[in-house]
Amino acid sequence: MADFGGDIDAFRADAKAWLEANFPASLKGKSAMAYIEDANPDDGDVKAWTKAMGDKGWGVPTWPKQYGGGGLSAAEARVLQQEMNRVGAWNPVGGMGTMMFGPTLLEYGNEEQKQQHIRAIAKQEVRWCQGFSEPGAGSDLASLQMKAEDKGDHYLVNGSKIWTSGGQWADMCFALVRTDNTKKHEGISFLLIDMHDPGVEVRPIRLIAGASPFCETFFTDVKVPKENLVGPLNGGWTIAKRLLQHERSGIGGGGSGGGGGNNIFGVGGSPAAAAKTYVGTDDRGRIDDPDLRSRIIGHEMDAKAFQLTAFRMMAESRSNQGPSAATSIMKNAGTKVGQDRAELLLEVMGTQGLGWEGDDFTADELSTVRGWLGGKATTIFGGSQEIQSNIISKRILGLPDPLGPSSN
Amino acid sequence: MAVLTEEQSMLRDAARTWTQEKSPVSAFRKMRDSGAPLGYDPAAFREMAEMGWTGVIIPEEYGGSDFGYLSLGLVLEETGRTLTASPLLSTALAAASALILGGTAAQKEAWLPKIAAGEAVGTLAIEEGPHHAPEKAALAATKSGAGYVLSGKKTFVLEGMAAGVFIVSARTSGKPGDKDGITLFLVPADAKGVSRKALKLADSRGAAIVSFENVEVGADAVLGEEGKGYALLEKVLDRARAGLSAEMLGSAIQAFETTLDYLKTRVQFGQVIGSFQALQHRAAKMFTDLELARSCVEAALAAIDNDSPDVPELVSLAKAKVGDTLHLVSNEMVQMHGGIGMTDAHDAGFYLKRARAAEATFGGQAYHRDRYARINGY
Repeated sequence: MADFGGDIDAFRADAKAWLEANFPASLKGKSAMAYIEDANPDDGDVKAWTKAMGDKGWGVPTWPKQYGGGGLSAAEARVLQQEMNRVGAWNPVGGMGTMMFGPTLLEYGNEEQKQQHIRAIAKQEVRWCQGFSEPGAGSDLASLQMKAEDKGDHYLVNGSKIWTSGGQWADMCFALVRTDNTKKHEGISFLLIDMHDPGVEVRPIRLIAGASPFCETFFTDVKVPKENLVGPLNGGWTIAKRLLQHERSGIGGGGSGGGGGNNIFGVGGSPAAAAKTYVGTDDRGRIDDPDLRSRIIGHEMDAKAFQLTAFRMMAESRSNQGPSAATSIMKNAGTKVGQDRAELLLEVMGTQGLGWEGDDFTADELSTVRGWLGGKATTIFGGSQEIQSNIISKRILGLPDPLGPSSN
Repeated sequence: MAVLTEEQSMLRDAARTWTQEKSPVSAFRKMRDSGAPLGYDPAAFREMAEMGWTGVIIPEEYGGSDFGYLSLGLVLEETGRTLTASPLLSTALAAASALILGGTAAQKEAWLPKIAAGEAVGTLAIEEGPHHAPEKAALAATKSGAGYVLSGKKTFVLEGMAAGVFIVSARTSGKPGDKDGITLFLVPADAKGVSRKALKLADSRGAAIVSFENVEVGADAVLGEEGKGYALLEKVLDRARAGLSAEMLGSAIQAFETTLDYLKTRVQFGQVIGSFQALQHRAAKMFTDLELARSCVEAALAAIDNDSPDVPELVSLAKAKVGDTLHLVSNEMVQMHGGIGMTDAHDAGFYLKRARAAEATFGGQAYHRDRYARINGY
């Protein structure tokens, strides 16, 4: 144990020195997301910082070194994050490649695929999007129809996908395709498709909150090399389920390293604090609307209970007791807290919480409205609230499934 | 459904036919997309006026049909169904009520016929903060010779960009929060010193901020009695709240019916999603809430027509119950439609945005729960 502590101290010193040498002071405290979402950041310092982190592999600190990752232990990655926080540095490597596809490919990909794709993700050179849902296949994802026909030396892909987030900026798509029409789950394969193929057409989707990163994507006679099949033919469902676990754990809050766990909530700020401004307080400092106050108290308690559960879950998983039973409730519990918070903030702001645009509203007010609307998606995507409840009922509580086995 | 007279049934049927054919939600979408400066389609409103909807509560001597609030509520319910944006509530209900309840013969003569004909739009200019609080009026009305000078600003003025006349709550004595000392004034929009600015709200309707800079008005601009405007305003507001509740009920019913259709047609896991009991029970709960809310809305409107003493209680009950119901149904509309309900191409977002704006108008659920308690002495 003493050695371990010594190694960690040495690593901390290394990380500190490396960050001092490589993190451009001009980027201190800036938002990582702003740059990651942007297709081509022109800022020279951002480019330099992205290249430095990419070459070092520290954008994906725990991925294996042989494929371009940092090769760090979980403890070292935590120390790296602490040192980054200390100097105001942020991770320039992100997106669907690091959060979902990379971990999945490391688990299911063959050697050539890992060599080809993991390093490019680690260096933020190739951006990925997800091609899972279809207009007719939402919660019942396994009913997907986009087909990939075996044409000898390639697959011919035809069909459409929806909610391909970042589709308009993506270089590659990890997609679920139908390779066997006679079976449902066992007829699905996991295929990697080049988004620059002329047969791919991307149409951005406008959401109720305005512009969005989501797209509808149409695939017409797209030829995909055979080596882009991940895992066995017709074995894509297992991989998809694993990948969705990465997605759901990301949505449920906490997330991996550095990412703001509150992003899921869509809106920032505390309804209690906002109420003091927008509603006012009585002579004893209480929110001057007993009805609203009582509901805010209920919400703040829910939020606290959720946070304590997240901590308990992390502590239990760290102590190697296996996955905590609490994991299954996190998405529904977390999204409820987030949506309740947005509704309360809106109500607290009154008519200032109804603004769509214009200088009669503060930036906070406008972002609360957009966040409230955007946050409605959190109980729909990544396994809807209803699907999550089914999973709890069937897998955790052992209740019978009226649809029969393998409906999820 | 309340027991309707034959005339009321005909009015409701006419309103349903017109809104479904001439003003479906796609018309609202078109208006929104065009960035219509008034927040509604003036041509559509002209048609509504031609059908007599702007004169439903106005006495016959002033060009109306004196047909009552329940009748106007039937029309508003239908316009609520299709999210028809128009000044109907602001002018034909709120402003007309203010004139009927508080106006002198000259004031009525000056404005009611124009309102009944849809030629003038009147509206209440009463809010000064983000939360409905009519007693907090601070806009100053200072005596000057035989008249007054108004100075201050009103926000969240419905149809503020279209209005030809504002009913302004101003303070002639006391301090913000005092119920005494509030006076209502009729101020034409073209009076010197009046200016307005559109508020771009999530529901895409025509709200505005209206500024009054040393606006000079005569003594004949006072609506009701000087310093006693609060009681009159409360009566006017209760009528507006009841009418808005009818509109919200219509929106909630349509949001529910559209969702119910989707439950019956969307197939996942090899069957329509409406076959799942988890969703069936939520639909049954919404249906139950809608029926309860309808009773409250109709009771409030009927109480106004009967000049019953329990109007304030019933109106607060209606606004709170229908507010809660619309809140729930508008959320469920998005959730049960899933991804497609999140897209701007679908109507669900319109109902959601309109729901929150209507909830906040003339007092939200919390406001009316508290008022209900105060009225009943607890």
